[in-house]
Parts: sequence; structure tokens; C-alpha cells
Amino acid sequence: MSAELSLEELEALARQTRREIVTAIAHAKGGHVGGPLSAVEMLTALYFSVLRIRPDEPDWPERDRFILSKGHCSIALYAVLALRGYFPVAELSSFDAIDSRLQGHPDMKALPGLDMSTGSLGLGFGAGVGIALGAKLSGQQFSTFVMVGDGECNEGAIWEGAHVAQRYALENLVAVIDQNQLQQFCWRDPASVGRVPLPPYKGNDLARRWAAFGWHVIEIDGHDMAAVIEALETSRQLEGAPVAVVAHTVKGKGVSFMENDYSWHSRVPTTEELRQALEELADPVALSEAH
Amino acid sequence: MAQRQAFGETMVSLAQDDARILVLDGDVGSSTGAGVFEEAHPKRYLQTGIGEQNMVAMAAGLSTLDFVPFVTTFSCFAVARALDSVRVLVAQPSLNVKLIGGYAGLLTGMTGKTHQMFDDVAIMRSLPNMTVLAPADEVEVRQVIRAVAALDGPAYVQITREPEGIIFGDDYRFELGKAVTLREGSDATLVSTGAQSVRVYEAAEMLARRGIDVGVLHVPTIKPLDEGALVRAATMTGFMITIEEQSVIGGLGGAVAEVLADRFPVTVKRLGIKDCFGESGPNDLLLEKYRLSAMRVAEDVETLLGDALKRRPMGRDALQDQWNAPGVRRDRSLERAGGLMEKHDG
Repeated sequence: MSAELSLEELEALARQTRREIVTAIAHAKGGHVGGPLSAVEMLTALYFSVLRIRPDEPDWPERDRFILSKGHCSIALYAVLALRGYFPVAELSSFDAIDSRLQGHPDMKALPGLDMSTGSLGLGFGAGVGIALGAKLSGQQFSTFVMVGDGECNEGAIWEGAHVAQRYALENLVAVIDQNQLQQFCWRDPASVGRVPLPPYKGNDLARRWAAFGWHVIEIDGHDMAAVIEALETSRQLEGAPVAVVAHTVKGKGVSFMENDYSWHSRVPTTEELRQALEELADPVALSEAH
Repeated sequence: MAQRQAFGETMVSLAQDDARILVLDGDVGSSTGAGVFEEAHPKRYLQTGIGEQNMVAMAAGLSTLDFVPFVTTFSCFAVARALDSVRVLVAQPSLNVKLIGGYAGLLTGMTGKTHQMFDDVAIMRSLPNMTVLAPADEVEVRQVIRAVAALDGPAYVQITREPEGIIFGDDYRFELGKAVTLREGSDATLVSTGAQSVRVYEAAEMLARRGIDVGVLHVPTIKPLDEGALVRAATMTGFMITIEEQSVIGGLGGAVAEVLADRFPVTVKRLGIKDCFGESGPNDLLLEKYRLSAMRVAEDVETLLGDALKRRPMGRDALQDQWNAPGVRRDRSLERAGGLMEKHDG
């Protein structure tokens, strides 16, 4: 059904996802916000267009798999799952609460619809490699998508798995790299006053690194919904090797004062900041109608 | 036959009847015994290279497709190197992944301290949802492997490298979660696990020839622990000595001490690797130096029992003479009144 959503509708869903993210973080008085905001278009595209899933049958055996390896960005996944109908949107207010199904990091035993528990960086990706290899062994046709952070690519385990996935020619595996160019604390840029997003440099040029591991690489603007959908659909078709979609993104995307500021990795907006964020994230159509 | 060889053979035959079985190898299949699986079931032998964090993560993913992945590497790598993968992706979601820790204990083919893992039992038994096993001989290995394959949930199994003695006959039936009384005895209960149980059993026979009558309780399942068997043994002898090819910190000794402290406090002494790292060397000399050979175990048990008797307020010298006379059967009522039951008197 959702494959027929228009680009405008998908973009509206992305805005709504961002509103749910900042609202949930403010309500929970904790959690991560910058990384979830950079991943929104990709998660929206996956769950509303690309993935073959049945929200009312979350463990449908033939479903495409998705693993949020950058598990600290759970609230973005929860918001998209709720909007997609996996559970009530109202439940997002239980994020991080005691006894909640919406744990700080995704818990597959707590919430239906999660294909792996994640949170320790670098490991969810390996689980995705295993699932893709298992699908190949048993002749199952689904694809496995794993979202990996660029900071997460610091982890050695990512490259252990990247090697094995290429070795087994896992063309049914797609790594979606959210390259927002900031990490929790980052490196201090000696040429500037502080911790700012750095363009890809030799040691962390992710498109080149994944290509060097023998993966197909598609580079896109991770906030261009049409480009995201096209890349993800293309990634299903490529043969002979796994695919890395390297998405250039902005940490904190959509909220002016959060964008490209490392301190919003995990910071709770004040009431006034939340008001301003929701204003910036409002639907333009609704705004024009209101006036 | 070495445990590792029995392990490889069992995996091959297990997979003939069960299409869910997979073997993941961290590039040590020629050492762990898993390598023979590749000949028999080439498609189900997954070579994941030298990367244990990823190997365990892959197994977690495979288990969600209803495969039963056996992760095979050395115990040091399965437990220490890959611990975060094990904790977050296997134990926390309680996925059906089997971790095989080869080259367990002291005898690791002269590789030395980097490969001698004395903490795997301590670490793995501290993980919720994890079943922890250490079979004694090839007979038990075969049954343990079949039992963990049938178990729905994570399990860790120690497998040793070297051919050692066999204590179980063909009629032996391993039962998950049950300790096995290898020998009854009234002076003390020796509690052991893994291949060390073979040496401990031999030590008990040596002690018997010296008139010391110790029971031997073999604990192949360290978690869940057979608390009932431990309490029963403690009730009968009042003196428990744990002996293992593991650190005295946190392993079987720790587990036994915890249970008995809670349920039936008696004297518990722990023999094993004494909070130190290992070294390379020939097997017989390692077992001597680290006091795990049957002879050294017998000596240390005798010393512990002697010390316990020395604490008696009266008649120490007479008893000591009796103790030191080979072949003379001791007066067990005195002995129990002295060292063994003292904790209950107060």
C-alpha cells in the first residue's frame, strides 16, 4: 500500500517523524536527538516505501529485515514504526520510561517488529551479515538492510563483517551509512574553534573504505527523499556484492539550532526549544492554510 | 580420543539429522576439531575469518532464521575477545546460539598465557540466560553437544585439546543441570568440572589407598547449577573442596561457595589456578606446577584435610600420627567431630 505514497506524503511523514522525535525526547527528559534526526528520510523511505513488510504481522518470515545498528537512535525507528502502524503513536510518550517496550536501545524481546537488539556499536551490523548469509543458505528471497553510523564505523567489528559479507558475496545485504560527520564528542578541529563536522578525510572516507572492501557503493544526499528511495531500490538490484548506501546527512537535521552541533548528540530541549523545534518542523501546507 | 575430536565427530553426525545445525569457524577449525564438519557439510561450515566479535554477531543473526549456529573458536576468544557480542546479541535477547570454547583450561598446545583462559566459567556464568557446560571426557562431550543442540537458548561449552582419560562408560547418560557422583566418600566431597574431573577422580582413588575416603562430585553443568546435589553432599561430608582448571576466583569454586553460603554453610576450600596467568610448557609439567595433576590434587586435599584436623582442640598429635601412617584407616568419628562438622556446632 505504502509504495504508492507520493514524495510529498513521504516528506510530510518525515516531518511528522521529526516532530515525534523531539517531543518524545523532551517528554522523556533524555535520549539521543541529533543522530535520530539525521536518519529520518532513510527510515521513512525504508518503512513507507522500500521494505516488504507486514506491520500487522511483524514476524512474517518472508519480510525484509531491518537492523538499526546505530541503536542509540532508537527513537527515530520507534517513531517510524508507530506511524507505520506497528504500535500506537501515543506509546511514543513511554520512550525510556520504566517497564516501557520502547527501551533506550532497541530490545527485540520487548517490542515486536525489531529484527535485532542493538546498542553496542558495531555489532548489529554483524547480525545483519549473519541474517543475509542465512537467507542465502536457505534460499529465502528477502533483503537485509542495516543502518550504520559513520561514527560507528570507528568500530573494528564493522570491518570484520564487511570483509566476510564481501567474501560470501552477500548481494542481499545493504548497509545504509548515515554519514552525519559528527560523533558524540568528536575530535577538536585545530583549524577552528571547536568540534565541527569534518568532510570525509583519508582515514574516514567511508565511500572509499566500503568500496575498498569490495562493496558496491552508492553515494547520496541522505535528506533528498527521492534520491534515498532510488538508491535503496537500486541497492536491491545490484549483483555480486553487498551494497553500501553512503548517505551524506546533517546531524540534528530539521531543527536549526541542533544542526551540526555535536552537543545535540544527546541533549534535552527546554520547553522553549521544543516549541521552536516544532514550529520549524511544522508542515508548510498546514501553515499556509492556517494563515 | 581428545574431547575436540569427539566434538567434531558429534557435530558431523548431529547435522546429518538436523538441517538447522551450522558451524561458524574463527579460522581455527584445524585446532578446535570443527574442521571435519567442512568435509561432511561444506555449505553449512561458515568460515568467518579471524574476527570473533563479528562471528558471534553473525551467529545471533543466523539464529533468528531458526538455524542453530555453533560458534567455534578458542575459549579465550569466544569469551574474552567476543564478550560484548555475547552479552548484547546472545545473552540479552537469549538467542539460540551455541558457543564452543576450544583449548579450554591449562593445556593449550604450548601457546601460553595469551591462550590459557581461566576465567571463562566465571564470566559466562555471570551472564543471565547463559547455560554453561564443561564435560569431563569424550563420552560426555558427545552427549553434552547433543543436549545443547536440543536446548532452545544460548549455551557455552568448554572443550579441551588433549587426549585424556575416560571416566564414563557407554551406559552413561548426561542430564543437563545434574551433577554426577563419581564416587561416594565420607571424609570430604571433591567437587570438580571439565577434564579436571578425570584427574580428581584419580586423585580420590589415590587418597583411598591412603585411607582417606573422599567423594567426587562432577559438575558438567555449571549453570544452572545442581544446588540440590551440592547441599546433599555438604550435608553428608560437611567439607567441600572444589578443584578446577580455572581461576579460584569466580569459577566453579565461586559458584559452589555462593550456593553453600546461602543454603548450607560448611567449610569450602577452593583449589585451582591461584589468581595468576599461565605460561607455555609441556602438559605434564604444567599440571605439576599448577598442582592440577592427580598426584598434586591428592597431596593438596590431604593437606587441607590435615589442616582441618589440626584445628581440633584435643588429641591433635595422636590424630596426626594416624593421618601420616600410610594405609591406616582413620577413625572417622573423630575426624568428623574435629574438622568437618565444626561449623554446625556453633
